[in-house]
Amino acid sequence: MTSLPTSSSPKLETRGLTRAVEGKIIVDHVDIKVFPAEVMAVVGPSGAGKSSLLRLINRLDEPTAGAVYLDGVDYRQIPPRALRRRVGMIMQMPFLFPGTVAENIRFGPRQRDEDLSDAALERLLTRVGLPGFMERDVARLSGGEAQRVAIARALANDPEVLLLDEPTSALDDDAKAVVEALLNEIIRAEGLTCVWVTHDRAQAARMGDRVAVMEDAKLLRIALPEEALNA
Amino acid sequence: MLNHFFTDPIHLAAAQALVAGLMAVGMMLVASWSGIHLEKEIVIALLRGLVQVVAVGAVLLFIFDGPTVLGFVILAGMMALAAKTAEKRARGLPGAFKVSLYGIALGGGLVIVLMTWAGVIDTRLSALIPLGSMIIANSMNATSLALDRFQGEVRSHVGHIETALALGAAPKTAVRPFAQAAVRASLIPRIDSLRSLGIVWIPGVMTGMLLGGSQPVHAALYQFVVMAMILTVSGLTSIISTLLIAAHIFTPAEQLVLSATD
Repeated sequence: MTSLPTSSSPKLETRGLTRAVEGKIIVDHVDIKVFPAEVMAVVGPSGAGKSSLLRLINRLDEPTAGAVYLDGVDYRQIPPRALRRRVGMIMQMPFLFPGTVAENIRFGPRQRDEDLSDAALERLLTRVGLPGFMERDVARLSGGEAQRVAIARALANDPEVLLLDEPTSALDDDAKAVVEALLNEIIRAEGLTCVWVTHDRAQAARMGDRVAVMEDAKLLRIALPEEALNA
Repeated sequence: MLNHFFTDPIHLAAAQALVAGLMAVGMMLVASWSGIHLEKEIVIALLRGLVQVVAVGAVLLFIFDGPTVLGFVILAGMMALAAKTAEKRARGLPGAFKVSLYGIALGGGLVIVLMTWAGVIDTRLSALIPLGSMIIANSMNATSLALDRFQGEVRSHVGHIETALALGAAPKTAVRPFAQAAVRASLIPRIDSLRSLGIVWIPGVMTGMLLGGSQPVHAALYQFVVMAMILTVSGLTSIISTLLIAAHIFTPAEQLVLSATD
């Protein structure tokens, strides 16, 4: 099923990953290997199980069967907080916490009793195109700005893998283009391993090194974008 | 006027009950004349209320001479019933009965024991049971309010809570703002009661003591004591209950078990 073979070991792997809720299977035996610095776009119609797959990888939900491996280690052997620090997640909505931009970005490191310096914080904000926003109240941000703060907040944890759940779908067209370009630039520059869920096939083609197509909770195929999307 | 005709306190109280009952029947007739027909409900409610309260009075008369330990047994039973009532408000929260029971027993129990030890509550059952039951009832209300509010806050902030978890936060950190909001919500009615004490209303204990012939300043100070106990028990119970329930809404793998749509 997998094309684009690589010689390295997968950074992230799902084996027979399955979840059923009240008898209904929402993710059905999904096997995916994502290699270091690879962006795996996951595409499919609404209800295909894409977001449920991401929640399983971040262990926000528990698999009914199968497992996820991070650097070859079954993720159930990694304490949940350590796992989620290593596997960051950006959701469709930014879900910023009330307060300032700085408080939001410092949230992740603070959970490990680390304090992000003002200089490091400003570097992150510059990275997402929001220099000087440190003391801004999050209630006064636009949708695009809020999502960029959410990206900076996820990056502050220095994740090895980034899961993106429709990160641009709640934005208007202009903000969508800006955020997508920004994410692409950061992901490539940092060499982040990513799983990017989208319902937008064109975005999957633009962002994915490979594309996984899901339908009715099942993984139909994984291939290079053109091959996967035109099959 | 009635005390001119009745010298025996029981006869006087029965006559007062009759007058109050007749007044309610008068209201019922006015309502009936206005086309609001609640005759059956009002008559049954009046008779039922009278029988229940006299029965409780008779039981208290019997047990008031009993040992202090009997009072604590009765209060423990009241706590279990209070937890059962609070559980109904918290339907949908896992472990709600256990959490309510621990909250009421720890919060209410601590205040009752401390106040009894300090001599604020008399160990005679005639004081221990009514004051203890008042503390337990307020403890129950605080638990119900706190759990209901907590559930509502969590279900409407699932995205924020899961975002915090996804950033590596501990479950208790992820729900802390919502637990704090729940405790605050359960305390606001108690704080408002204290703030308006004596200005907007003169509560039951003081009214009872004044009717019983106590000196007004003494009655007022004791009423303050009762209100302060109620505020304390409300705060303690709601803090304990929300802390305990917060641990019940996550799996061992730190996943939120409540959904926004339930």
